[in-house]
Amino acid sequence: MESTIIKSRNFNASFGSNHVVKNVNIDIPRNHVVAVMGPSGCGKTTYLRCINRMHELIPGATCRGMMTINEEDIYTMHPIFVRLKIGMVFQRPNPFPNLSIYDNVIAGYKLNGIKLARAEKDRIVEHSLTRVALWNEVKDSLMKKGAFLSGGQQQRLCIARAVAMEPEVLLFDEPTSALDPISTSTVEDLFHELKANYTLIIVTHNMQQAARVSDKTAFFYMGELVEYELTKDIFTNPRDSRTQNYITGRFS
Amino acid sequence: MAQLETELQLLKTEAVNMWTLVNIQLSKARLAFLNFDKDLAREVVLKEKRVNASELKIDRDCENIFALFCPVAIDLRFVLAVLKINSSLERIGDIAEAIARYVIDAEAPFAPVLLDSTRILPMYKEAIRMLEDTQAAFENEDTVLARSVFKRDDLLDEVNKHVNKILEHHLKAHPEDTAQALWILSIIRRLERVGDQSKNIAEEIIFYLEAKVLKHKNKHN
Repeated sequence: MESTIIKSRNFNASFGSNHVVKNVNIDIPRNHVVAVMGPSGCGKTTYLRCINRMHELIPGATCRGMMTINEEDIYTMHPIFVRLKIGMVFQRPNPFPNLSIYDNVIAGYKLNGIKLARAEKDRIVEHSLTRVALWNEVKDSLMKKGAFLSGGQQQRLCIARAVAMEPEVLLFDEPTSALDPISTSTVEDLFHELKANYTLIIVTHNMQQAARVSDKTAFFYMGELVEYELTKDIFTNPRDSRTQNYITGRFS
Repeated sequence: MAQLETELQLLKTEAVNMWTLVNIQLSKARLAFLNFDKDLAREVVLKEKRVNASELKIDRDCENIFALFCPVAIDLRFVLAVLKINSSLERIGDIAEAIARYVIDAEAPFAPVLLDSTRILPMYKEAIRMLEDTQAAFENEDTVLARSVFKRDDLLDEVNKHVNKILEHHLKAHPEDTAQALWILSIIRRLERVGDQSKNIAEEIIFYLEAKVLKHKNKHN
Protein backbone atom coordinates (compact mmCIF):
# COMPACT_ATOMS: atom_id res chain seq x y z
CA MET A 1 0.00 0.00 0.00
CA GLU A 2 1.36 3.41 -0.97
CA SER A 3 2.01 5.89 1.85
CA THR A 4 1.22 9.56 1.63
CA ILE A 5 4.07 12.01 1.97
CA ILE A 6 2.41 15.36 1.21
CA LYS A 7 -1.16 15.95 2.22
CA SER A 8 -3.25 19.11 1.87
CA ARG A 9 -6.71 19.65 3.26
CA ASN A 10 -8.94 22.62 2.46
CA PHE A 11 -5.84 24.45 1.33
CA ASN A 12 -6.26 27.99 0.02
CA ALA A 13 -3.80 30.58 -1.25
CA SER A 14 -4.30 34.22 -2.20
CA PHE A 15 -2.47 37.24 -3.46
CA GLY A 16 -4.20 40.02 -1.52
CA SER A 17 -7.88 39.68 -2.41
CA ASN A 18 -7.15 37.43 -5.38
CA HIS A 19 -8.07 33.92 -4.27
CA VAL A 20 -5.95 31.68 -6.52
CA VAL A 21 -5.99 28.25 -4.83
CA LYS A 22 -9.37 27.11 -3.50
CA ASN A 23 -9.96 24.34 -0.97
CA VAL A 24 -7.50 21.90 -2.43
CA ASN A 25 -7.48 18.39 -0.95
CA ILE A 26 -4.76 16.14 -2.25
CA ASP A 27 -2.63 13.21 -1.11
CA ILE A 28 0.75 12.84 -2.81
CA PRO A 29 2.04 9.26 -2.53
CA ARG A 30 5.68 8.66 -1.62
CA ASN A 31 8.08 7.77 -4.45
CA HIS A 32 5.63 8.73 -7.13
CA VAL A 33 5.77 11.33 -9.87
CA VAL A 34 2.75 13.61 -9.75
CA ALA A 35 2.08 16.04 -12.61
CA VAL A 36 0.09 19.18 -11.99
CA MET A 37 -1.49 20.69 -15.08
CA GLY A 38 -4.06 23.28 -16.01
CA PRO A 39 -4.45 26.46 -18.04
CA SER A 40 -2.46 29.59 -17.23
CA GLY A 41 -3.68 31.26 -14.06
CA CYS A 42 -5.30 28.10 -12.68
CA GLY A 43 -3.20 28.21 -9.49
CA LYS A 44 -0.94 25.24 -10.18
CA THR A 45 2.37 27.07 -9.71
CA THR A 46 1.03 28.90 -6.66
CA TYR A 47 0.00 25.57 -5.16
CA LEU A 48 3.47 24.15 -5.89
CA ARG A 49 5.13 27.13 -4.22
CA CYS A 50 2.92 26.68 -1.18
CA ILE A 51 4.32 23.18 -0.67
CA ASN A 52 7.78 24.50 0.24
CA ARG A 53 6.58 27.86 1.54
CA MET A 54 7.90 29.93 -1.34
CA HIS A 55 4.48 31.51 -1.81
CA GLU A 56 4.69 33.49 1.41
CA LEU A 57 7.85 35.25 0.19
CA ILE A 58 5.70 37.40 -2.10
CA PRO A 59 4.33 40.54 -0.41
CA GLY A 60 0.57 40.25 0.20
CA ALA A 61 0.55 36.49 -0.36
CA THR A 62 -1.39 34.46 2.19
CA CYS A 63 -2.55 30.90 2.64
CA ARG A 64 -4.76 28.87 4.95
CA GLY A 65 -5.72 25.27 5.41
CA MET A 66 -3.58 22.26 6.16
CA MET A 67 -0.42 21.15 4.37
CA THR A 68 1.68 18.36 5.85
CA ILE A 69 4.77 16.37 5.05
CA ASN A 70 4.88 12.97 6.76
CA GLU A 71 1.89 14.11 8.86
CA GLU A 72 3.87 17.11 10.13
CA ASP A 73 2.38 20.55 9.55
CA ILE A 74 4.58 22.35 7.04
CA TYR A 75 3.31 25.70 8.26
CA THR A 76 4.47 25.17 11.85
CA MET A 77 7.94 24.08 10.73
CA HIS A 78 10.78 26.52 10.12
CA PRO A 79 10.69 27.46 6.42
CA ILE A 80 14.38 26.70 5.97
CA PHE A 81 13.84 23.23 7.38
CA VAL A 82 10.85 22.79 5.03
CA ARG A 83 13.01 23.68 2.04
CA LEU A 84 15.68 21.22 3.14
CA LYS A 85 13.05 18.48 2.99
CA ILE A 86 11.37 19.84 -0.13
CA GLY A 87 13.71 21.00 -2.88
CA MET A 88 12.69 23.00 -5.92
CA VAL A 89 13.83 23.25 -9.52
CA PHE A 90 12.66 26.13 -11.68
CA GLN A 91 11.70 26.72 -15.28
CA ARG A 92 15.02 28.16 -16.41
CA PRO A 93 18.24 26.45 -15.42
CA ASN A 94 19.75 28.79 -12.82
CA PRO A 95 23.13 27.54 -11.68
CA PHE A 96 25.17 30.15 -9.81
CA PRO A 97 27.11 31.55 -12.77
CA ASN A 98 30.20 32.50 -10.80
CA LEU A 99 30.47 29.16 -8.99
CA SER A 100 32.12 26.00 -10.27
CA ILE A 101 30.11 22.88 -11.01
CA TYR A 102 31.45 21.43 -7.77
CA ASP A 103 30.46 24.46 -5.69
CA ASN A 104 27.06 24.65 -7.36
CA VAL A 105 26.26 21.15 -6.15
CA ILE A 106 27.10 21.92 -2.53
CA ALA A 107 25.78 25.49 -2.62
CA GLY A 108 22.84 24.54 -0.39
CA TYR A 109 25.18 23.54 2.40
CA LYS A 110 27.25 26.70 2.05
CA LEU A 111 24.22 28.98 1.99
CA ASN A 112 22.84 27.29 5.09
CA GLY A 113 26.19 27.61 6.88
CA ILE A 114 26.70 23.86 7.09
CA LYS A 115 30.39 23.03 7.16
CA LEU A 116 31.53 19.76 5.62
CA ALA A 117 34.86 17.96 5.47
CA ARG A 118 36.43 17.86 2.01
CA ALA A 119 35.90 14.12 1.70
CA GLU A 120 32.24 14.49 2.58
CA LYS A 121 31.84 17.27 0.02
CA ASP A 122 33.49 15.08 -2.61
CA ARG A 123 31.14 12.25 -1.77
CA ILE A 124 28.05 14.49 -1.97
CA VAL A 125 29.17 16.01 -5.28
CA GLU A 126 29.83 12.63 -6.89
CA HIS A 127 26.69 11.07 -5.45
CA SER A 128 24.45 13.97 -6.54
CA LEU A 129 25.89 14.28 -10.01
CA THR A 130 25.60 10.52 -10.46
CA ARG A 131 21.97 10.61 -9.37
CA VAL A 132 21.19 13.11 -12.15
CA ALA A 133 23.27 11.22 -14.74
CA LEU A 134 25.74 14.10 -15.07
CA TRP A 135 28.81 12.67 -13.32
CA ASN A 136 30.34 10.99 -16.35
CA GLU A 137 29.90 14.15 -18.41
CA VAL A 138 31.50 16.58 -15.94
CA LYS A 139 33.78 14.55 -13.63
CA ASP A 140 36.87 15.89 -15.39
CA SER A 141 35.75 19.52 -15.32
CA LEU A 142 34.23 19.94 -11.88
CA MET A 143 36.04 23.22 -11.30
CA LYS A 144 34.68 24.81 -14.47
CA LYS A 145 31.87 27.30 -14.12
CA GLY A 146 28.38 25.79 -14.27
CA ALA A 147 27.33 28.44 -16.76
CA PHE A 148 29.49 26.77 -19.43
CA LEU A 149 27.33 23.68 -19.51
CA SER A 150 24.56 23.18 -22.08
CA GLY A 151 20.97 24.07 -21.09
CA GLY A 152 20.06 20.45 -20.38
CA GLN A 153 23.25 19.91 -18.36
CA GLN A 154 22.62 23.12 -16.42
CA GLN A 155 19.14 21.95 -15.53
CA ARG A 156 20.49 18.60 -14.37
CA LEU A 157 23.09 20.51 -12.34
CA CYS A 158 20.23 22.40 -10.68
CA ILE A 159 18.52 19.10 -9.93
CA ALA A 160 21.82 17.80 -8.50
CA ARG A 161 21.99 20.92 -6.32
CA ALA A 162 18.51 20.12 -4.99
CA VAL A 163 19.31 16.42 -4.60
CA ALA A 164 22.53 17.22 -2.69
CA MET A 165 20.49 18.37 0.30
CA GLU A 166 18.89 14.89 0.47
CA PRO A 167 15.32 16.17 0.34
CA GLU A 168 12.33 13.84 0.42
CA VAL A 169 10.34 15.77 -2.14
CA LEU A 170 11.42 17.58 -5.31
CA LEU A 171 9.21 20.27 -6.84
CA PHE A 172 9.62 21.12 -10.50
CA ASP A 173 8.07 24.20 -12.08
CA GLU A 174 7.99 23.68 -15.86
CA PRO A 175 11.45 22.10 -15.68
CA THR A 176 11.94 21.49 -19.39
CA SER A 177 10.14 24.39 -20.99
CA ALA A 178 13.48 26.09 -21.76
CA LEU A 179 15.16 22.94 -23.05
CA ASP A 180 15.49 21.38 -26.49
CA PRO A 181 13.82 17.99 -27.15
CA ILE A 182 16.99 15.95 -26.51
CA SER A 183 17.70 17.64 -23.18
CA THR A 184 14.00 17.34 -22.33
CA SER A 185 14.15 13.62 -22.98
CA THR A 186 17.25 13.27 -20.75
CA VAL A 187 15.54 15.13 -17.90
CA GLU A 188 12.35 13.08 -18.35
CA ASP A 189 14.36 9.85 -18.15
CA LEU A 190 15.86 11.24 -14.98
CA PHE A 191 12.42 11.64 -13.40
CA HIS A 192 11.83 7.91 -13.70
CA GLU A 193 15.12 7.20 -11.93
CA LEU A 194 14.71 9.87 -9.26
CA LYS A 195 11.38 8.55 -8.06
CA ALA A 196 13.09 5.52 -6.54
CA ASN A 197 14.51 7.88 -3.91
CA TYR A 198 12.31 10.98 -3.99
CA THR A 199 8.75 12.09 -4.52
CA LEU A 200 8.45 14.37 -7.54
CA ILE A 201 5.77 16.98 -8.12
CA ILE A 202 5.95 18.56 -11.56
CA VAL A 203 4.00 21.53 -12.85
CA THR A 204 3.87 21.32 -16.61
CA HIS A 205 2.05 22.85 -19.52
CA ASN A 206 3.19 20.01 -21.70
CA MET A 207 0.42 17.44 -21.49
CA GLN A 208 2.39 14.79 -23.31
CA GLN A 209 5.15 15.24 -20.78
CA ALA A 210 2.66 14.77 -17.95
CA ALA A 211 1.44 11.60 -19.69
CA ARG A 212 4.98 10.32 -20.23
CA VAL A 213 6.53 10.91 -16.85
CA SER A 214 3.89 10.91 -14.14
CA ASP A 215 2.10 8.21 -12.17
CA LYS A 216 -0.73 10.52 -11.14
CA THR A 217 -2.00 13.76 -12.60
CA ALA A 218 -3.83 16.62 -10.95
CA PHE A 219 -5.88 18.98 -13.13
CA PHE A 220 -6.43 22.49 -11.76
CA TYR A 221 -8.95 24.95 -13.16
CA MET A 222 -9.66 28.43 -11.79
CA GLY A 223 -7.96 27.59 -8.51
CA GLU A 224 -9.84 24.35 -7.95
CA LEU A 225 -8.51 20.83 -8.09
CA VAL A 226 -10.92 19.41 -10.65
CA GLU A 227 -9.56 15.89 -10.93
CA TYR A 228 -6.69 13.90 -9.45
CA GLU A 229 -6.31 10.37 -10.75
CA LEU A 230 -3.85 7.88 -12.16
CA THR A 231 -2.30 9.47 -15.23
CA LYS A 232 -3.41 6.61 -17.48
CA ASP A 233 -7.01 7.17 -16.36
CA ILE A 234 -6.83 10.94 -16.84
CA PHE A 235 -5.54 10.54 -20.39
CA THR A 236 -7.84 7.71 -21.45
CA ASN A 237 -11.03 8.28 -19.52
CA PRO A 238 -11.19 11.49 -17.48
CA ARG A 239 -14.19 11.68 -15.19
CA ASP A 240 -14.78 15.42 -15.38
CA SER A 241 -15.83 17.08 -18.63
CA ARG A 242 -13.56 20.07 -17.85
CA THR A 243 -10.54 17.75 -17.75
CA GLN A 244 -11.63 16.11 -20.98
CA ASN A 245 -12.12 19.47 -22.68
CA TYR A 246 -8.70 20.67 -21.53
CA ILE A 247 -6.67 17.63 -22.55
CA THR A 248 -8.45 17.32 -25.89
CA GLY A 249 -7.88 21.01 -26.63
CA ARG A 250 -11.56 21.95 -26.58
CA PHE A 251 -11.30 24.37 -23.73
CA SER A 252 -13.20 27.60 -24.36
CA MET B 1 -12.46 24.32 -34.92
CA ALA B 2 -9.15 22.87 -33.72
CA GLN B 3 -7.17 21.01 -36.38
CA LEU B 4 -7.51 17.72 -34.48
CA GLU B 5 -11.28 18.12 -34.42
CA THR B 6 -11.29 18.69 -38.19
CA GLU B 7 -9.17 15.56 -38.67
CA LEU B 8 -11.46 13.49 -36.45
CA GLN B 9 -14.52 14.72 -38.34
CA LEU B 10 -12.90 13.75 -41.63
CA LEU B 11 -12.04 10.35 -40.22
CA LYS B 12 -15.62 9.85 -39.11
CA THR B 13 -16.88 10.75 -42.58
CA GLU B 14 -14.44 8.28 -44.14
CA ALA B 15 -15.54 5.53 -41.74
CA VAL B 16 -19.20 6.20 -42.52
CA ASN B 17 -18.47 6.09 -46.25
CA MET B 18 -16.66 2.76 -45.81
CA TRP B 19 -19.64 1.46 -43.82
CA THR B 20 -22.04 2.48 -46.59
CA LEU B 21 -19.84 0.87 -49.21
CA VAL B 22 -19.60 -2.41 -47.29
CA ASN B 23 -23.33 -2.41 -46.64
CA ILE B 24 -24.02 -1.94 -50.35
CA GLN B 25 -21.60 -4.78 -51.13
CA LEU B 26 -23.32 -7.10 -48.68
CA SER B 27 -26.80 -6.13 -49.96
CA LYS B 28 -25.80 -6.54 -53.61
CA ALA B 29 -24.24 -9.93 -52.85
CA ARG B 30 -27.58 -10.90 -51.28
CA LEU B 31 -29.53 -9.80 -54.36
CA ALA B 32 -27.07 -11.59 -56.63
CA PHE B 33 -27.51 -14.73 -54.51
CA LEU B 34 -31.31 -14.43 -54.37
CA ASN B 35 -31.78 -13.72 -58.09
CA PHE B 36 -28.83 -15.77 -59.29
CA ASP B 37 -27.56 -12.57 -60.92
CA LYS B 38 -24.00 -13.27 -62.04
CA ASP B 39 -23.50 -9.74 -63.44
CA LEU B 40 -24.33 -8.21 -60.10
CA ALA B 41 -22.05 -10.72 -58.40
CA ARG B 42 -19.18 -9.69 -60.71
CA GLU B 43 -19.85 -6.04 -59.81
CA VAL B 44 -19.48 -6.91 -56.12
CA VAL B 45 -16.17 -8.67 -56.80
CA LEU B 46 -14.88 -5.65 -58.76
CA LYS B 47 -15.95 -3.16 -56.08
CA GLU B 48 -14.07 -5.10 -53.39
CA LYS B 49 -10.96 -3.19 -54.52
CA ARG B 50 -12.63 0.02 -53.39
CA VAL B 51 -13.28 -1.46 -49.97
CA ASN B 52 -9.61 -2.43 -49.68
CA ALA B 53 -8.47 1.02 -50.80
CA SER B 54 -10.78 2.63 -48.28
CA GLU B 55 -9.41 0.40 -45.52
CA LEU B 56 -5.83 1.42 -46.34
CA LYS B 57 -6.76 5.11 -46.42
CA ILE B 58 -8.45 4.94 -43.00
CA ASP B 59 -5.50 3.01 -41.53
CA ARG B 60 -3.11 5.65 -42.83
CA ASP B 61 -5.24 8.50 -41.51
CA CYS B 62 -5.42 6.90 -38.06
CA GLU B 63 -1.65 6.47 -38.07
CA ASN B 64 -1.18 10.13 -39.01
CA ILE B 65 -3.54 11.31 -36.29
CA PHE B 66 -1.63 9.27 -33.69
CA ALA B 67 1.71 10.58 -34.92
CA LEU B 68 0.78 14.22 -35.42
CA PHE B 69 -1.88 14.98 -32.83
CA CYS B 70 -1.32 12.52 -29.95
CA PRO B 71 -5.06 12.21 -29.22
CA VAL B 72 -6.15 11.52 -25.65
CA ALA B 73 -9.32 10.55 -23.78
CA ILE B 74 -12.43 10.37 -25.99
CA ASP B 75 -10.38 11.34 -29.06
CA LEU B 76 -7.94 8.50 -28.42
CA ARG B 77 -10.77 6.03 -27.93
CA PHE B 78 -12.43 7.28 -31.12
CA VAL B 79 -9.33 6.73 -33.25
CA LEU B 80 -8.67 3.31 -31.67
CA ALA B 81 -12.30 2.34 -32.28
CA VAL B 82 -12.22 3.48 -35.92
CA LEU B 83 -9.03 1.51 -36.48
CA LYS B 84 -10.70 -1.69 -35.26
CA ILE B 85 -14.06 -0.99 -36.91
CA ASN B 86 -12.20 -0.41 -40.17
CA SER B 87 -10.67 -3.85 -39.93
CA SER B 88 -14.05 -5.46 -39.16
CA LEU B 89 -15.69 -3.66 -42.09
CA GLU B 90 -12.97 -4.84 -44.44
CA ARG B 91 -13.59 -8.43 -43.34
CA ILE B 92 -17.32 -8.02 -43.96
CA GLY B 93 -16.38 -6.68 -47.40
CA ASP B 94 -14.37 -9.86 -47.97
CA ILE B 95 -17.41 -11.91 -46.98
CA ALA B 96 -19.62 -10.06 -49.48
CA GLU B 97 -17.03 -10.77 -52.16
CA ALA B 98 -16.86 -14.46 -51.20
CA ILE B 99 -20.65 -14.78 -51.41
CA ALA B 100 -20.60 -13.10 -54.82
CA ARG B 101 -17.94 -15.57 -55.98
CA TYR B 102 -20.17 -18.48 -54.92
CA VAL B 103 -22.90 -17.05 -57.15
CA ILE B 104 -20.43 -16.69 -60.04
CA ASP B 105 -19.21 -20.27 -59.58
CA ALA B 106 -22.61 -21.90 -58.99
CA GLU B 107 -24.07 -23.74 -61.97
CA ALA B 108 -27.77 -23.33 -61.26
CA PRO B 109 -30.03 -21.10 -59.12
CA PHE B 110 -30.26 -22.21 -55.52
CA ALA B 111 -33.18 -24.55 -54.81
CA PRO B 112 -36.02 -22.69 -53.02
CA VAL B 113 -36.57 -25.65 -50.70
CA LEU B 114 -32.99 -25.34 -49.45
CA LEU B 115 -33.33 -21.58 -49.00
CA ASP B 116 -36.52 -22.06 -46.97
CA SER B 117 -35.45 -24.97 -44.82
CA THR B 118 -32.09 -23.47 -43.82
CA ARG B 119 -33.63 -20.00 -43.15
CA ILE B 120 -30.65 -18.43 -44.90
CA LEU B 121 -32.73 -15.53 -46.27
CA PRO B 122 -33.99 -14.15 -42.92
CA MET B 123 -30.50 -14.72 -41.57
CA TYR B 124 -29.04 -12.66 -44.40
CA LYS B 125 -31.58 -9.86 -43.84
CA GLU B 126 -30.79 -9.78 -40.14
CA ALA B 127 -27.04 -9.66 -40.81
CA ILE B 128 -27.55 -6.64 -43.07
CA ARG B 129 -29.80 -4.96 -40.50
CA MET B 130 -27.23 -5.51 -37.76
CA LEU B 131 -24.57 -3.86 -39.86
CA GLU B 132 -26.90 -0.97 -40.72
CA ASP B 133 -27.70 -0.47 -37.06
CA THR B 134 -24.05 -0.34 -36.08
CA GLN B 135 -23.61 2.39 -38.68
CA ALA B 136 -26.56 4.36 -37.32
CA ALA B 137 -25.27 3.86 -33.76
CA PHE B 138 -21.85 5.19 -34.80
CA GLU B 139 -23.21 8.16 -36.72
CA ASN B 140 -25.67 9.17 -33.99
CA GLU B 141 -23.46 8.18 -31.04
CA ASP B 142 -26.26 5.90 -29.86
CA THR B 143 -25.04 3.23 -27.44
CA VAL B 144 -28.56 1.90 -26.84
CA LEU B 145 -28.80 0.97 -30.51
CA ALA B 146 -25.26 -0.45 -30.40
CA ARG B 147 -26.23 -2.67 -27.46
CA SER B 148 -29.34 -3.93 -29.31
CA VAL B 149 -27.03 -5.56 -31.86
CA PHE B 150 -25.73 -8.10 -29.32
CA LYS B 151 -29.13 -9.69 -28.75
CA ARG B 152 -29.97 -9.81 -32.45
CA ASP B 153 -27.00 -12.02 -33.18
CA ASP B 154 -29.04 -14.88 -31.61
CA LEU B 155 -30.95 -15.53 -34.86
CA LEU B 156 -27.71 -15.83 -36.82
CA ASP B 157 -26.24 -18.20 -34.24
CA GLU B 158 -29.39 -20.31 -34.23
CA VAL B 159 -29.50 -20.70 -38.03
CA ASN B 160 -25.82 -21.55 -38.05
CA LYS B 161 -26.28 -24.07 -35.25
CA HIS B 162 -29.08 -26.03 -36.95
CA VAL B 163 -27.94 -25.91 -40.57
CA ASN B 164 -25.84 -29.09 -40.40
CA LYS B 165 -28.78 -31.25 -39.31
CA ILE B 166 -31.17 -29.64 -41.81
CA LEU B 167 -28.81 -30.21 -44.70
CA GLU B 168 -28.03 -33.75 -43.56
CA HIS B 169 -31.74 -34.63 -43.69
CA HIS B 170 -32.18 -32.93 -47.04
CA LEU B 171 -29.19 -34.65 -48.61
CA LYS B 172 -30.37 -38.07 -47.53
CA ALA B 173 -33.43 -37.56 -49.70
CA HIS B 174 -31.75 -35.42 -52.40
CA PRO B 175 -28.08 -36.35 -52.78
CA GLU B 176 -28.06 -34.52 -56.13
CA ASP B 177 -28.23 -31.21 -54.17
CA THR B 178 -24.86 -31.81 -52.48
CA ALA B 179 -23.02 -29.03 -54.33
CA GLN B 180 -25.77 -26.48 -53.59
CA ALA B 181 -25.95 -27.57 -49.96
CA LEU B 182 -22.22 -26.97 -49.59
CA TRP B 183 -22.53 -23.48 -51.10
CA ILE B 184 -25.34 -22.67 -48.70
CA LEU B 185 -23.45 -24.05 -45.74
CA SER B 186 -20.46 -21.88 -46.63
CA ILE B 187 -22.62 -18.78 -46.99
CA ILE B 188 -24.31 -19.40 -43.64
CA ARG B 189 -20.93 -19.80 -41.95
CA ARG B 190 -19.85 -16.49 -43.45
CA LEU B 191 -23.06 -14.68 -42.48
CA GLU B 192 -22.52 -15.89 -38.94
CA ARG B 193 -19.13 -14.14 -39.11
CA VAL B 194 -20.88 -10.94 -40.27
CA GLY B 195 -22.91 -11.13 -37.05
CA ASP B 196 -19.74 -11.57 -35.00
CA GLN B 197 -18.03 -8.67 -36.74
CA SER B 198 -21.10 -6.47 -36.15
CA LYS B 199 -20.95 -7.35 -32.48
CA ASN B 200 -17.26 -6.44 -32.40
CA ILE B 201 -18.10 -3.14 -34.04
CA ALA B 202 -20.86 -2.48 -31.48
CA GLU B 203 -18.33 -3.16 -28.70
CA GLU B 204 -15.98 -0.60 -30.21
CA ILE B 205 -18.74 2.02 -30.41
CA ILE B 206 -19.52 1.51 -26.72
CA PHE B 207 -15.82 1.63 -25.84
CA TYR B 208 -15.43 4.91 -27.72
CA LEU B 209 -18.51 6.58 -26.25
CA GLU B 210 -18.64 5.15 -22.72
CA ALA B 211 -15.06 3.99 -22.13
CA LYS B 212 -16.44 0.55 -21.24
CA VAL B 213 -14.73 -2.61 -22.40
CA LEU B 214 -17.33 -5.27 -23.22
CA LYS B 215 -15.01 -7.62 -25.03
CA HIS B 216 -15.14 -11.20 -23.69
CA LYS B 217 -18.06 -10.34 -21.41
CA ASN B 218 -21.58 -11.72 -21.42
CA LYS B 219 -23.58 -8.97 -23.09
CA HIS B 220 -27.01 -10.51 -22.75
CA ASN B 221 -27.39 -9.47 -19.10
